[in-house]
Amino acid sequence: MSARTTGAPRSTTAGGAGTVARRTALVVVGALFAVPIAAMVAFSLRSADGTGHDLNHWLAIVDPENERMYRNLVEGVTNSLLLAVVSALLVLVLLVPAMVLVHLRHPRLVRPLEFVCLVPITVPAIVLVVGLAPVYSVVSRVAGSGAWTLALAYGVTVLPYAYRAVQSDLAATDLRTLTEAARTLGSSWPRTMALVVVPSLRRGLLAAAFITVAVVLGEFTIASLLNRVNLQTALVQVSRSDPYAAVILALISLAFAFVLLLVIGRVGALGAARPIPTRKALS
Amino acid sequence: MVTTSTRAADTTADARSAHEGDGGGQPTRASSSSDGVGPSRGRRRPAAWWGLTPFALWVLAFLIVPCLLALGTGFVDGDGAPTLDNLAALGDPLIVRAFASSAAVSAVTAVAGAVVGAVVCWGLTSLRPDGAVRSAIDAASSVLAQFGGVMLAFAFIATIGIQGVVTRLLIDVAGVDLYADGVWFYQVPGLLLPYLYFQVPLMVITFMPAVSGLRPQWSEAVATLGGTRWQHLVRVVVPVLAPAFVGSLLLLFANAFSSYATAAALISQGAQIVPLQIRAALISETVLGRENVAGALALGMVVVMAVLMTGYSLLQRRTERWQR
Repeated sequence: MSARTTGAPRSTTAGGAGTVARRTALVVVGALFAVPIAAMVAFSLRSADGTGHDLNHWLAIVDPENERMYRNLVEGVTNSLLLAVVSALLVLVLLVPAMVLVHLRHPRLVRPLEFVCLVPITVPAIVLVVGLAPVYSVVSRVAGSGAWTLALAYGVTVLPYAYRAVQSDLAATDLRTLTEAARTLGSSWPRTMALVVVPSLRRGLLAAAFITVAVVLGEFTIASLLNRVNLQTALVQVSRSDPYAAVILALISLAFAFVLLLVIGRVGALGAARPIPTRKALS
Repeated sequence: MVTTSTRAADTTADARSAHEGDGGGQPTRASSSSDGVGPSRGRRRPAAWWGLTPFALWVLAFLIVPCLLALGTGFVDGDGAPTLDNLAALGDPLIVRAFASSAAVSAVTAVAGAVVGAVVCWGLTSLRPDGAVRSAIDAASSVLAQFGGVMLAFAFIATIGIQGVVTRLLIDVAGVDLYADGVWFYQVPGLLLPYLYFQVPLMVITFMPAVSGLRPQWSEAVATLGGTRWQHLVRVVVPVLAPAFVGSLLLLFANAFSSYATAAALISQGAQIVPLQIRAALISETVLGRENVAGALALGMVVVMAVLMTGYSLLQRRTERWQR
């Protein structure tokens, strides 16, 4: 009851019956959406002879005897984790300073920057990969064909997500006044960045980093068509010989992505509750 | 694949409107600051430009150049001479059929996804916007909408694949064989359910900001003027939400149209939809006379995507009028 009055004032006009109907709709759709996840769990628990259920497929994953069989999978997981870290660093080191600079110094470039960052929505990965193939034949000549090089492309594909995460924080903080105050008080630019800009944008930076990690761990298109090994391409390969292992790992990675995004959501919700005077509130 | 992030989805609209809101004030502020600190601005400017260079080079090499290459290769032949032959491949009956299949799958899943997603959004208004349940639903929607790909294909193989849990359950319990008339799961119809599994969550993410933008005051105003709840629905809610709904519908269509991973994991043979045609063209690059067909397909796809996304952003602008 208290939840309704504090959280959703509109439900007072809709009445109790409306709330029941709306929650019923949620439960019905939620139950339907739980079916494939539940099926994955049930599938992974099937016993070898197909009659009962046991934990054998889960134990097989961690069994050292199967190490050779899952070697490809281990390589995929390692590569994907490396790619996730490098892509997140690229976003934080290249995109964020560019956004802050444009916001503070070149307000005229705000629109062009936004446009560039949203291009990957209109040009999907399956199209981008057609042009990335020749680019990567140059990259592998210059920088070798290390797994990390793919992060340069992944960083680009997450631009829309990362841009929006940082932009919402940037618009809600009066960074111009804060940095001018810091500069007036004699702080150098690096010091201002470290002590004023980064702390002001910490929620956006965290969200951008986590979204990058989640997107990179789920990426398949580019890796597969450039013949690279990552978690998803390894999963597809393993699924041909051992569908149970593929389903178990898919469950684990979906759960991992869910936790990452839940953390972003909670951080955002807690931050929103913090009574800071945003520009919107002032206008 | 497309759009917003999680909680950021809710704040995007606010952020953008805040941003747009200060658009009017920006020129005056910029000019006043250039008057006030003119000399120091001039001194700092080179450093500020240098700061943008690494980002610009990165985007140039891994976004702009690949885009131009992807679209440009459609216009050259294997030796680099300009030609329109590749574009003629777009008229090939097989490719036309792939575009038609893609459009059909996208249209069906976009409409169904939009309707179910809108129902979920309506349901979500009964929850606290910052509550734990709402956070969990937001996070789950983002996972399914944006990061599922291959894993959603596995989910449906485990559910309604030939050995799937539901398939077996239906045979054992109800005696119904899903595949009595042939296995359609690894064909185009098999894409519908997995696609819906990411379309509905995407609808929730994109449409929810518009739904939460509905003001309780509007229904109170209607009630004060003697209107019924039906009139509030038809005269206020539907007109306000219509642009957002149609915009989200376009976005869902674009999302399904450009989605590759789920289809690639399900359909290993043949190229029934456009992204799979691109795969086939890329893999068989050495087949004589078809070197740069991938480029032509990419061009065709980008044209479709550009039309859809332009429509989406125009409608989005209309939507935001009510979210200030």
